[in-house]
Amino acid sequence: MPEIANTETSVGSSNDRSTDVPDFSNWTCPLPLAGYPTIVMGHGGGGKLGNELVEHLFLPAFRNAALENLGDAAVLNLPSGRLAMSTDSFVVQPLFFPGGSIGELAVNGTVNDLAVSGAVPRYLSASFILEEGFPLAQLAAIVEAMAAAATTAGVRIVTGDTKVVERGHGDGCYINTAGIGTLREGIQVGPNRAKPGDAILVSGTIGDHGMAIMSVREGLEFESQIRSDCAALNGMIGDVLDAAGMAVHAMRDPTRGGLASTLNEIAQASGVGIAIDEARLPVRTEVQSACELLGLDPVYVANEGKAVFFVAPEAAEQVLAVLKAHPLGCDAAVIGQVTAEHKGMLVARTAMGSNRVIAQQIGEQLPRIC
Amino acid sequence: MCLAIPGKVVGIAEENGLHMGRVDFGGVVKRVCLDYVPEVEVGDYTIVHVGFALSKIDEAEALRTLEVFRQMGVLDEELADGDEAFARAASAPSSPCPDGSCAPK
Amino acid sequence: MKYLTEFRNGEIAQRMAREIHAIATRPWKIMEVCGGQTHSIIKNGIDQMLPAGIEMIHGPGCPVCVTPLELIDKALAIAAQPGVIFCSFGDMLRVPGTDADLFQIKGAGGDVRVVYSPLDAVEIAAKNPGRQVVFFGVGFETTAPANAMSVHIAKRRGLKNFSVLMSHVLVPPAIAAILESPGNQVQAFLLAGHVNSVMGYWEYPPIAEKYRIPLVVTGFEPLDLLDGIRRAVIQLEAGRYEVENAYERIVTYDGNQPAQKMLAEVFEVTDRAWRGIGVIPKSGWRLSEGYREFDAAERFHITGIHTEESPLCRAGDVLRGAIKPAECGAFGKECTPRHPLGATMVSSEGACAAYFNYGRFLSAEDLATAGSGLTHA
Repeated sequence: MPEIANTETSVGSSNDRSTDVPDFSNWTCPLPLAGYPTIVMGHGGGGKLGNELVEHLFLPAFRNAALENLGDAAVLNLPSGRLAMSTDSFVVQPLFFPGGSIGELAVNGTVNDLAVSGAVPRYLSASFILEEGFPLAQLAAIVEAMAAAATTAGVRIVTGDTKVVERGHGDGCYINTAGIGTLREGIQVGPNRAKPGDAILVSGTIGDHGMAIMSVREGLEFESQIRSDCAALNGMIGDVLDAAGMAVHAMRDPTRGGLASTLNEIAQASGVGIAIDEARLPVRTEVQSACELLGLDPVYVANEGKAVFFVAPEAAEQVLAVLKAHPLGCDAAVIGQVTAEHKGMLVARTAMGSNRVIAQQIGEQLPRIC
Repeated sequence: MCLAIPGKVVGIAEENGLHMGRVDFGGVVKRVCLDYVPEVEVGDYTIVHVGFALSKIDEAEALRTLEVFRQMGVLDEELADGDEAFARAASAPSSPCPDGSCAPK
Repeated sequence: MKYLTEFRNGEIAQRMAREIHAIATRPWKIMEVCGGQTHSIIKNGIDQMLPAGIEMIHGPGCPVCVTPLELIDKALAIAAQPGVIFCSFGDMLRVPGTDADLFQIKGAGGDVRVVYSPLDAVEIAAKNPGRQVVFFGVGFETTAPANAMSVHIAKRRGLKNFSVLMSHVLVPPAIAAILESPGNQVQAFLLAGHVNSVMGYWEYPPIAEKYRIPLVVTGFEPLDLLDGIRRAVIQLEAGRYEVENAYERIVTYDGNQPAQKMLAEVFEVTDRAWRGIGVIPKSGWRLSEGYREFDAAERFHITGIHTEESPLCRAGDVLRGAIKPAECGAFGKECTPRHPLGATMVSSEGACAAYFNYGRFLSAEDLATAGSGLTHA
């Protein structure tokens, strides 16, 4: 197995710091996987090869009783009350990037969707669609990353599936995770619950993930120290809800489309206007520089380890303090507030003291020369 | 048209017959063709568009320009009359860190 | 970032705006030629800081917007061919052709790739000897040296599978065409500073003289733009019409000699059609004879293109500064960023998209007062 560093840094060998992408050239398989270094159609067939993958890769990695029963369904004990359920599919390219891989994304993405809904994430399913020819070494690294992410997040991967598609019909590895969590008592959050006067906080720097991916994209690559911020937010969000409870009206993790998309969505869902101050948005210098280089706006760039909070104004200071006390929230900031004016629109105060509307973007933001 | 940003040359090498440099843009380093700015040396700043350096940045000129800008309106404390929109812009809180050196890490 | 953040100082910007307020006694219409300047003006709300009488008209400085529809359709036809790797700057991907755009061609299976530099396209050609690699060579004089070098290098390396679909346009003829057009209201120009970093500004005194119009070489950061506007207003108030350089840290009178030398070798002047404006004589560059073999339009012999602009689209009038985007009947209705009819709505520098995204929903007054209650922490 390639040496797996702890989840806060990267997946991969400690020799390869420049890109933090794992080095698979020295991988030898210690497991009796019938001598196949790559995925073949049989691995998805539910027969001996498929079982070997389960027995020798997934089970040891995910390690829990529900999974080890190997039933068609996982049987779980849950406290009574309301449940939250979420699902997401992960198709990122490249599979390994500075700061993480598709594995961490697959676990943390679903964990975070549950957490921002006010739920305590508990169990995940993990389904893989693998392309014929996909190297087992890479699959092993991804699975190890998922296991580590699940442990950090305090969730268990209790059921799963593997299918294999013919060479050329998939991008190596696609993952779907679905998760369930139990809703906390005394919490009512939703994208339609933001109210005029609410303070808006972001838990840290924006644009890190998207620019980490850009830095390794063919045709656009650049050298930098930018790393994905991929992280499980349920611990930090739990702290915020413990402290502020019903004063938290809405939460969301701004993934694809960035902060701008999330704020526009909530403005529209809640029928309110949002005013933010650009000078208060936390952006790493390098992320800003990379955006300048490619003509991108950090507000539209994806994040994978950040949350946005809409809280009653009297609770803002407390929530900010709780965020800053958490390792994932040390760069947290109050960035603006909800208003009754310009309903459904996001307006930003620029460094010049003027205002601009930040519209919902159409499709992916592309690098420009113009 | 013409998105070009300033960067610092941190290394120069010949590659495939081209004069290529490694240019540092605020912590992000990119390979840039320096064929059009043969006078540029390591440590110089240059303006880069689509991977090509187009001009060396004249540091003295830059400083002179900034100084002229800084002096503008310093002695004139009177607001121009009439325009409401401008008055609002002028009364907006000013940045605590005008030169951006304390931007979040 | 050094040489960037200093020129974005909000406090100094406000003082400079105050200067402009103090100087201007009459209404003036100033055009900024370059799309990058349009982007910066709107992103920073520079137009909000100006006195009510000073109007910024957004010019045709967006090579994306002015690339002729026929050429877009040729690009789409080439990109759709099997075995072709079509490389382009990101800006071009959503520009609508008659039936589709490059994004849709990509979706249908075309190998369309975004590159940062034309040299990346050359590398792709070197790495894929069995495929034809076509680079969409658009741009003003700023991008021309890069595009020229890519063809020069391809020739030197003997790459037989690399070609460029060329659509280079020149600023001086465009300015002249705007000034000549009936109903022109532009009284001064901010010249595109990065174009001038390549070409210098020796081409412009005859234009200033002939049309008696101030021309100010201007940069792209808020302080640079405010300074360019300030100098233009000073000239207008004084009745002067000179070429001035407000971007001295980057631009010299003669410009970049090595770049101009390469341009003279690789390109020759030609008539060009500007989308929405029409043919402007001697307003573009095509590959010179020594490099003609790298011309993708010749290599691919695309025929049977039936080009059709939407009859509702008034991008041409917008590009010439004749109307404001909101004055177009289709603006915000049949034509939106999601369903653009013309290039000015597609490109984020296009006047229509900029208007739509940054200011359409709010009146100038509402926009200025928005968020005035922003007090938190």
